[in-house]
Amino acid sequence: MTSIFGVPLPAILGQLMLGLVNGSFYALLSLGLAVIFGLLGVVNFAHGAFYMLGAFAAYVGLQLWGVNYWWALILAPLAVGALGILIERLFLRHLYRLDPLYGLLLTFGIALIAEGAMRGVFGASGNSYPVPPLLQGGFNLGFMVLPIYRAWVVIASLVVCGLTWLLIEKTRLGARLRAATENARLVQAFGINVPLLVMSTYGAGVALAALAGVLAAPVIQVSPLMGSSLVIVVFAVVVIGGMGSIIGAIVSGLVLGLIEGLTKVVYPEASNIVVFVIMAVVLIWRPTGLFGRE
Amino acid sequence: MRARTAYAVLMVLTLAAPFLGLYPVFLMKLLCFAMFACAFNLLLGFTKMLSFGHAAYFGSSAYVTGWLMTVRGWGTIEAVLAGVAVALLLGLVIGAIAVRRQGIYFAMITLALSQLVFFVCLQAQFTGGENGLQGIARGSVLGLDLGADRTMYYFVLAAFAATYVLIMRIVHSPFGQVLKAIRANEPRAVSLGYQVDRYKLTAFILSAGIAGLAGSLKALVLGFVTLSDVSQGTSGEVILMTLLGGSGTFFGPVVGAIVVVTLQEYLSDLVGAWVTVIIGAIFVVCVMTFRLGVVGEIQRRSTRSGATIGH
Repeated sequence: MTSIFGVPLPAILGQLMLGLVNGSFYALLSLGLAVIFGLLGVVNFAHGAFYMLGAFAAYVGLQLWGVNYWWALILAPLAVGALGILIERLFLRHLYRLDPLYGLLLTFGIALIAEGAMRGVFGASGNSYPVPPLLQGGFNLGFMVLPIYRAWVVIASLVVCGLTWLLIEKTRLGARLRAATENARLVQAFGINVPLLVMSTYGAGVALAALAGVLAAPVIQVSPLMGSSLVIVVFAVVVIGGMGSIIGAIVSGLVLGLIEGLTKVVYPEASNIVVFVIMAVVLIWRPTGLFGRE
Repeated sequence: MRARTAYAVLMVLTLAAPFLGLYPVFLMKLLCFAMFACAFNLLLGFTKMLSFGHAAYFGSSAYVTGWLMTVRGWGTIEAVLAGVAVALLLGLVIGAIAVRRQGIYFAMITLALSQLVFFVCLQAQFTGGENGLQGIARGSVLGLDLGADRTMYYFVLAAFAATYVLIMRIVHSPFGQVLKAIRANEPRAVSLGYQVDRYKLTAFILSAGIAGLAGSLKALVLGFVTLSDVSQGTSGEVILMTLLGGSGTFFGPVVGAIVVVTLQEYLSDLVGAWVTVIIGAIFVVCVMTFRLGVVGEIQRRSTRSGATIGH
């Protein structure tokens, strides 16, 4: 059997696949963070909490009302996105004129509330969510077995990332969004409802995080703390990619997921920290990030 | 003048506290977290740098002190100094990377690098992993046995008073004035010819060292170090203490530490996981309506001038 570094090839490919799955979540989350930061100037610390809430929405929906996976993919992001809009209207809106640090602190508080409340209700242990029947099993590719669900996660995330990119770069709405990112007051003067745009952008970014949560539910344990360390990795991804760039967020998310998967094969002890080490190296070499502009 | 009277009263009160029936270990815990918050405030309050990973210095210093004393049999003073040295070094390395970016990026970078420290502590042998270090004896200083709570209390109180005065001296020194200039307008400070990054890095290292001292003392007071001492949660708590008490005031972080530690001490038994919700709610209230903090508000009302992060 073929092996690299003394590890059999199927094991390496399996870890790379897992890395790609994680990379898809990083891409979806950092995309949302980058879009929100671009328009609102807020680093959304609650992004991991919204991801967790998305997974829980799917879990609770299935347990209580028998909402299946496919409906959860639509309904959970809508519900969590609506919560995001509420938070924007009630809290974030009042902070835009202040130092951006206040937005970070506020969303940190919101993340604590969400995680604490879910822990109070569901306990700290994980809950498993079944893989939908249509996506169970795997393809035998000859050299490895490719689990269908994992392939689905990667493809679905790529499609959603691609659609978001098209929406922002190629449509009228996206043009307004980019214009408002450059100069909100000028765009407002042209008669475009910027506060509405800002509110829906936050809602959409949050919904992307929730979508990632639903996609993640069948591959990881649904637990109240699933987002709290993930959000820190995503911050590092965003620092590496440079926050101004949509493509940068997507590409660095996927690549870092892959690198993490590869590290699990070569040197498992370092797999938790490899992203942070890369961030440190990138900062020393290019302080604005790989795709960033100041 | 009024401040001097207030400090005199406080000094008498803190000296008398163990005789007033207050639980000395709890008082010492308060002092350690107050010192931690004051160290953090040196960055946030006086330099407008929001470090989101200060638990890294607090916790790693605690681990080093605890390990040297339990495993290597070092004396108290040497072990505490070694812990502080490690915190200073860590502050130098992380600070040198983080000061390359400002504001929101600085916060994210310090957070990510402190998470790196957390994972190292989780996997390293000497930290005891998930179990942490337990049964750390306090040892003795100058022939005085710190095992007695009252002796230990005065030791911690002296250390706290010394760092409090040190922080005041730093802020009022020419160096501190440059920090304030950077807080007010960084580009202008650059144009005046100050090597801004070097000043910020120095402040960062000092803050990390004092945070480390607080962590080491906490390890001695409670006799154990756990992963939660290096975790993101602890980093968040110290931010809340500073914000709630009033960042940019000297005494604010002390007030904040007293409120937060007391809340946790009494609420965690009553409400369990919901204490996180309460902490989060205080965060939201502070950011939305109470940005000057308790002491900041009092100062504003009495002098009509106060300081917050940046404004």
